Amino acid sequence: MSTQASTIQSVAPQGTATRRIVMGLVFLGLAAAIWFLFANTTQADLVTTFTLNPGGSQFNFPNLGFTTLPVLHALASACALIGAFQLARGFGRSTNAVLGLVAALFIFAFLSWVASGTSLNLAGLLRATLIRAVPITLGALSGILCERAGVVNIAIEGMMLTSAMVAAIFGSLYGLWVGLLAGVLAGGLLAVVHAILSIKYKTDQIVSGTVINIFSIGITSFISAKFLASYRYLNNPGIFSDIQIPGLVDIPFLGPILFSHNIFFFGMVVFLVLLHFGLFFTRWGLRLRSVGEHPKAADTLGINVFRTRYMAVILGGMMAGFGGAYFTLGSVGRFDEVMTAGRGFIGLAAMIFGNWNPFGAFGAGLLFGFADMLAARLAILGVRVPSEFLLMAPYVATMIVLAGVVGRGQMPAADGQPYEKEGH
Amino acid sequence: MPPVLELRNITKRFPGVLANDHIDLTLNRGEIHALLGENGAGKTTLMNILYGLYQPDEGEIFINGQKAEIHSPTDAINLGVGMVHQHFMLIPVFTVTENVMLGSESLQLGGVLDRKAAAERIREISEAYGLAVNPDDHIRDLPVGGQQRVEIIKLLYREADILILDEPTAVLTPQEADELFRIMHSLTERGKSIIFITHKLREVLDIADRITVIRRGKVVGSTTPKQANQSKLAAMMVGREVDLSVHKRAAKLGAAVLQVQDLKVADDRGQLAVDGVSFAVQAGEVLGIAGVQGNGQTELVEALTGLRSTHAGSIRLLDEDITRADPRRITELGSAHIPEDRQRDGLVLNFPVADNLVLNTYYQAPFSKGAVLQQNTISEVARERVSKFDIRTPGVETHASSLSGGNQQKVIVARELSRPVKLVVASQPTRGLDVGSIEYIHGRLIESRDSGVGVLLVSSELDEIMQLSDRIAVIYRGKIVDVLPAKGASKEKIGLLMAGVVQKGAKASPKVAAKKKAVTKKTAKKVAKKKAATKTTRPTKRRKDS
Amino acid sequence: MANQDNESKAPAQKKSAFGIFLQELGRGSVLVPILAIITGLFLGGLIVAVTTEAVYTTWSSSPLEAISRGVDAALRSYSALFNGSIGNPERIADALASGEGAALRRAFNPFLESLTKSVPYIFAGLAVALGFRAGLFNIGAEGQLFMGAICSVYVGFALTGLPAFIHLPLALGAGALGGALWGFIPGLLKAKTGGHEVINTIMMNYIAFRLSEYLLRGPLQRPDTTNPISPFIETTAQLPRFFDSPIRFHLGFFVALAAAYGVYWLLFKTRLGFELRTVGANPSAARYAGMNIVLVTVLAMSLSGALAGLAGANEVLGVNYTLAPAFSSGYGFDSIALALIGKSHPVGVVLAALLFGFLRNGALQMQIAANVPVDIISVMQALILAFIAAPAIIRTIYRLRAPAQQDDELRVRGWGG
Repeated sequence: MSTQASTIQSVAPQGTATRRIVMGLVFLGLAAAIWFLFANTTQADLVTTFTLNPGGSQFNFPNLGFTTLPVLHALASACALIGAFQLARGFGRSTNAVLGLVAALFIFAFLSWVASGTSLNLAGLLRATLIRAVPITLGALSGILCERAGVVNIAIEGMMLTSAMVAAIFGSLYGLWVGLLAGVLAGGLLAVVHAILSIKYKTDQIVSGTVINIFSIGITSFISAKFLASYRYLNNPGIFSDIQIPGLVDIPFLGPILFSHNIFFFGMVVFLVLLHFGLFFTRWGLRLRSVGEHPKAADTLGINVFRTRYMAVILGGMMAGFGGAYFTLGSVGRFDEVMTAGRGFIGLAAMIFGNWNPFGAFGAGLLFGFADMLAARLAILGVRVPSEFLLMAPYVATMIVLAGVVGRGQMPAADGQPYEKEGH
Repeated sequence: MPPVLELRNITKRFPGVLANDHIDLTLNRGEIHALLGENGAGKTTLMNILYGLYQPDEGEIFINGQKAEIHSPTDAINLGVGMVHQHFMLIPVFTVTENVMLGSESLQLGGVLDRKAAAERIREISEAYGLAVNPDDHIRDLPVGGQQRVEIIKLLYREADILILDEPTAVLTPQEADELFRIMHSLTERGKSIIFITHKLREVLDIADRITVIRRGKVVGSTTPKQANQSKLAAMMVGREVDLSVHKRAAKLGAAVLQVQDLKVADDRGQLAVDGVSFAVQAGEVLGIAGVQGNGQTELVEALTGLRSTHAGSIRLLDEDITRADPRRITELGSAHIPEDRQRDGLVLNFPVADNLVLNTYYQAPFSKGAVLQQNTISEVARERVSKFDIRTPGVETHASSLSGGNQQKVIVARELSRPVKLVVASQPTRGLDVGSIEYIHGRLIESRDSGVGVLLVSSELDEIMQLSDRIAVIYRGKIVDVLPAKGASKEKIGLLMAGVVQKGAKASPKVAAKKKAVTKKTAKKVAKKKAATKTTRPTKRRKDS
Repeated sequence: MANQDNESKAPAQKKSAFGIFLQELGRGSVLVPILAIITGLFLGGLIVAVTTEAVYTTWSSSPLEAISRGVDAALRSYSALFNGSIGNPERIADALASGEGAALRRAFNPFLESLTKSVPYIFAGLAVALGFRAGLFNIGAEGQLFMGAICSVYVGFALTGLPAFIHLPLALGAGALGGALWGFIPGLLKAKTGGHEVINTIMMNYIAFRLSEYLLRGPLQRPDTTNPISPFIETTAQLPRFFDSPIRFHLGFFVALAAAYGVYWLLFKTRLGFELRTVGANPSAARYAGMNIVLVTVLAMSLSGALAGLAGANEVLGVNYTLAPAFSSGYGFDSIALALIGKSHPVGVVLAALLFGFLRNGALQMQIAANVPVDIISVMQALILAFIAAPAIIRTIYRLRAPAQQDDELRVRGWGG
């Protein structure tokens, strides 16, 4: 019949088939990597020892020791099997979870290989990973706040850097808490600049972010060279000491890893949960996300697009400010020029990797933090892998995600587009 | 009882355009009032004023007899005015509930969303008005008809009494449109009043209680479906005062330059927009494709010019199969294309006129030698063309953006007709132009025809089609319902064909008018359901190069 | 007819590079960039003034005294900036009078050193500008520059026994190639998958940094040291210098000017340039006109990368003769500012790059003579960029009227594509 609705159905399955095969090949590739890179270079009699004692705990776990080679072979086989199944049938919806599993197997194989013939403190690694994930995750949360509302923020790096310095100065003069507050406000202040440039003046948001990045590098180095170098007392804030959560910290193994950190770690956890809850379960979040997805639709329903964006960007800046303060007040105890060293950009990558979701970003932050931590320790362990390649992993992974190989992310639809009201 | 809504003397000016010219309109309780007019007649502007998106320059709005100040959508919503925009204002990644509640959320303590309560209210509304939706579905998974139901629920959720539906059927399949009409009746039965904006004659006669026709920002008349018929409405809508007669000799027909066989083309949403079209254009004739906009003309032209991939069928230009050829190949074979959206596709506004005049021939001699552009030649040729085609511009280095619409179009015409072409595909070539430019472009097209070029003219201006064409093909819902010689064809007859009304047993006729009544509630629902099941893929762009 | 009057007035125009530049400038407002620069320099001076110890210590007791000291400090800084970047007028006059070679070299060194400093800016600015013209936001000039430097330095020290006229072009070419590769990858990803070039080039930046760190500690490390530094390049790969020490002014400056002309020629005189600009200005029209958007995008990013690579190559072949990790001073971000200030036109970029080169060089003198850290220059650059990017601010400050026609604006089209 001529009026029959005609729907073409040939579009969907093709893409998923390609993806299934690509993923299968990735799994097989990882299996092959375990086999050839790790197993092939391991002597048969070597033993891997993992220390499971994080220290500071009464319970002492026995060390985990095993002969390396058979375990590597088992891990390679497991990856290969999963890969074969993925090629043949596919895991459908749970593909991403399986990818996570394979990645975990690969990492375990890698660690076993690294620790073959020696011992590695697994608990220490985990704790260090969590700590390294803090600034990355905070940067990512800052990005999520801005971009969920439709404003691209590549200035996270600059905001972090500035607030690191401000926090150090105010922390030195008036104490750690004032320093922290000042750092947060500094981040917020730069965000105001970003917001005015990109929302009011509709400057390209990348350009506006670049302005802030250049400015931040300049002003922090300027002040550092002009004042901090000669007046040492301005740059000696000390650091927040660790807080032991009573009760929880006594949990064997996990307690010291999870519940003995400074304010920044716990702050990150709180913000993570708050932001997730806020974004997805409150009116505030619904409106914020609507402005990032379809500002015009939000406008027709009486939501003030501009105000919402200002609010989101400024909060995002304050989040970056909190993350920036970590560098001086939570980690090093003094400000050094360009000390953020690209963590803000890794935060941006973590945001994309985590699909603009707080917990996704935290997961990515952990992964990137792990790479970061491992790179620092490989040298100490005297391992044969150049640590620089590990440090590249986050960037390469982000590019792969962005290319849609692992399934395209759900970027806010109006991200980067200034909103213009019509007809006035 | 005062009317629910009264617009008095509404006037809105945009730079250079009088969009609304002292418009009066009343809407009674429980009535469906159709606002009929061509594209660009000012219907949407009027409704955006009512909804608070634009501010009128003059005029007043009364709601239930009381003067209303509407400065923003919030004001409109508070006054019980709701609008379904032509382009849906829905957020694809949100659920139905989230979309509906956005802006007037149900809350628990402390700003926490109460999705359950909202979903419950949506269910109530959906049952009361027969609007089948599942509150937990994501918008991106819904077919267009379902999305529209969500838009309507959005209004009802805010307890709107005055519903504005802007071109609601433009994006719907016939079944979805029938379902919408059923819903509209159930709304008015419950005391809601509806303003229904459209340019489709059949729908107006089927559904409206009263009809107001707007042309060029002015109300040209009001009527009811009982007093009116399609040809009368068409005449009111199109107007007769513009009668640019074109003198042309009898056609000297040559061999076919363009042959289209069973062509099927999908639109951006993956729906067949061109559904098995066959026709041929012969050298020395103008074949006009008449039709109300949105019946597959855009997709047809894009397929013919290589800008959109075809789904099935074949296209032959001269003796070459160009079904899968790219735009450059088709251009080189001697096809000229005057695109529908001249500013998007036809011109680079930030480039000088000279560069725009060689936009698709810049790489050929004499404009390029090897890799190097021959700027002097380009300028020289540009100056020639500017004077030959009467393009009013301060110079060939002037940017295209500072030219008037008519002169911009002349730049395109000059570029396309200066090549040795065998076929001209002209899509809406005079839309929005002044009378002088229209006359000029018509003359050029006829000149091409007389010199033995085949011209395919696609236009929704019936007058234009009738004046220029030797044969007229009428397209309706992606199919060519009839091809008839222009000589002796009456405007009324073509108008009816454009509305899908086929007389005297013409072939392949979608007998919509007869069929409409036959669509029962049950089948309509079934179709909607089936569509929801099949069309879960996201709309994909189907342009060749993207 | 209206058009013919104008035709007869205008002689057959042959457009020069400068002509096109002025024409494009005239379309926006010549005033805005100039006022932006002046305002940025002024605000920089203000920062210098308020951070001068004498100012903030006397402020509470005697504000007037503080203000005058602040003005003093700012003027001292500006004059140091001038002497450091252009030269001390007295010394130049003395040197000219004496006619002594060493004195002349010392007198003119600041000016020539400024030119030398602007070389990488010219290249990197051209790289970003070329990308802008094709609608691409290449934020990865920094990484491309590193890759160029790495490849150049490798060819420079690894190949021996070649005559200079072969070795030098090879080394330069290797630099261009390295940068091009780093541009090619994001270009391909953009064209084929829609992955946004901004994110991808940022990621490529950091990959390049890590790669260079690895190489400088491994394969490319100088044998006799534990520092991450490459061996010196062969003299045959060095860009020749024109004067004796201390003047480092080298051939690279002219290579940069040639590259600027080349970019101008490519953009405005060739088929490829036409395609590139069309794709950048209106991709729909480019498709309509039958252009190959994928090819143009990939090519534009590769060329952009090659230019940035040449910036790195020039630094190692003309100035440092070796590569160490911290050799770039943020050229990547600065180049975005350069391209925007120069309105993405080669002439504008060269002018802006000269400005940056002079500022950077003068800043060193400022640090020594007026105790103002060089980093004040970055602050000024950021301010200038902000004013250029948001011309409305400048128009508000100076009460200029808004232009009738909107400037060609740059817009990011979201991340994922």
